[in-house]
Amino acid sequence: MGSDFVMLSLVPMVIAALAAVACALPGNFLLLRRQSMLGDAISHVVLPGIVVTFLVTGSANPWAMLLGAGIAALFSVLLIELIVRSARVEPGAAMGTVFTAMFAAGVLGLERSGASGVHLDVEHALYGNLESLIWLDAEGWSSLADPEALAGLPPELTLLAAVTAVVGAFVMALWRPLSVATFDEGFAATLGLPVRALSLALIVVAAMACVAAFSAVGSILVIAMLICPPAAARLMTNRLGHQVWLSLGLAILTALSGYVLAGYGPLWLGFAGSVSAAGMIAAVSGVILGLAALTGRHRRRTGSPLSTPADRPYKAPNA
Amino acid sequence: MIPQRQIAPVASLTVPALSISGLSVAYDDTIVVGDVDARFMSGTMTAIIGPNGAGKSSLLKATLGIVPKLAGHVAFFGEPLDTVRDRVAYVPQRAGVDWDFPARVLDVVLMGLYGELGIFGRLRPSHEKRAMDCIARVGLTDFARRQIGALSGGQQQRVFLARALAQRADILLLDEPFAGVDAATEKALVQVLHALRGEGLAIVAVHHDLATVPAYFDHVLLLNRRRIAEGPVATAFTEKALAQTYGARGAAHA
Repeated sequence: MGSDFVMLSLVPMVIAALAAVACALPGNFLLLRRQSMLGDAISHVVLPGIVVTFLVTGSANPWAMLLGAGIAALFSVLLIELIVRSARVEPGAAMGTVFTAMFAAGVLGLERSGASGVHLDVEHALYGNLESLIWLDAEGWSSLADPEALAGLPPELTLLAAVTAVVGAFVMALWRPLSVATFDEGFAATLGLPVRALSLALIVVAAMACVAAFSAVGSILVIAMLICPPAAARLMTNRLGHQVWLSLGLAILTALSGYVLAGYGPLWLGFAGSVSAAGMIAAVSGVILGLAALTGRHRRRTGSPLSTPADRPYKAPNA
Repeated sequence: MIPQRQIAPVASLTVPALSISGLSVAYDDTIVVGDVDARFMSGTMTAIIGPNGAGKSSLLKATLGIVPKLAGHVAFFGEPLDTVRDRVAYVPQRAGVDWDFPARVLDVVLMGLYGELGIFGRLRPSHEKRAMDCIARVGLTDFARRQIGALSGGQQQRVFLARALAQRADILLLDEPFAGVDAATEKALVQVLHALRGEGLAIVAVHHDLATVPAYFDHVLLLNRRRIAEGPVATAFTEKALAQTYGARGAAHA
């Protein structure tokens, strides 16, 4: 039982948890900046980035994919900004146009490229392939101390661990600038903080997390990891630090319980087989957000769109 | 060269807390502030007045480098902003931020200390005490641990002022500090601002209520994209200047 678990489930569960943590960290700030939609855009353009990288390099090396997807994310952000400025449409419309078009191009590229044989078929790109990230060299818990077995760990694990460390270091090191600039960008600028660079750096970090999570949950479901745990945590506390820690706890809980439910849930209900772990993780994160919305201590706040009109922030006339 | 203006003789001998010359700001090819000169002295309190769209906020933001300048020169205490940031505090428009942000009053006021603390500086109990003193000065002690979204508009404006106080600056630039606040808050804010002026700070505020200008302020800058008039309230805040600033209809307010 133990050896089966280590071989088949341990690595996917750790990967899912790491992906959830890496996404939730920048997700907290995207949420507070009202840029959740941008997170959605980034997570979608990761796909064409990966496809183009595959076409250019001919390999499915995860580090090359990381670079390619990062470039695609930056490209899409620039393109969105360009469209907003030149066509003068609202950012939401520009994002919707850019990320659906780029995502669709990515799907077409996938179909046409003959990439389907390797790791990159459409289904995996969309839903991830968490269940296939097994540790074949493992014989039991003792393998955790066996260098030979450790060398056989899926490369996705190393990638995710590295990315999670980078994302965590970014958020910890820039905690103060990030929080001031997120709350009050104008004030942050008067403190001499490079607010535009910070905002761009946050997008780059979010893109890194999205790419790393791509292999675990697939392109479509990354948004659930990016936004749902922070949104649920926001409803449970009124302090930024608490919100971020809570979101990490929820992210891990979501990833692990989603994985287990996908594997055993159908059996418990009397059905044969299992369902997609990525799909179940996203579904669980939605359920947790729903529960938080129903029971969260701070779900009705003065000044939030839910409160009465009289409590809404005063909108000063254009000065 | 900065042309001579009507400024109190004693003040004109010292370096202005803020001097602006030839400042222009444009958004998307539209000039919103055109070639404005102005000087603000320590120990004075100046209202920037003008109709909606006159470029009052843009002038303030360009002065602080929040929006880019098209042209012009800005000096705080005779120096570029970058070298004297710790002496300059900005109170943005309350409506410009999301008050739903997960922070307490104390957390926001502590942001006023970030410039001093840097990225890694340890937040000590003495810093918290200083922030609490600033919160007390604006009369929010009982609210220090409340979430900022749970405050009234007037209380939120007080939070912003407390954050600026925590910066211990020598010049305070405020964007519509009295917009949408209750009468008690307006009175309390004016009291604090007058005390700060008495301590030698320069206070500059974008203001829209012409009726309260003489009671609150000692200097005015009348602005409508370009500078219409500048100087002590007694000499610059005239019917003629107001008519020029607002057009004939607006002057009736004065």
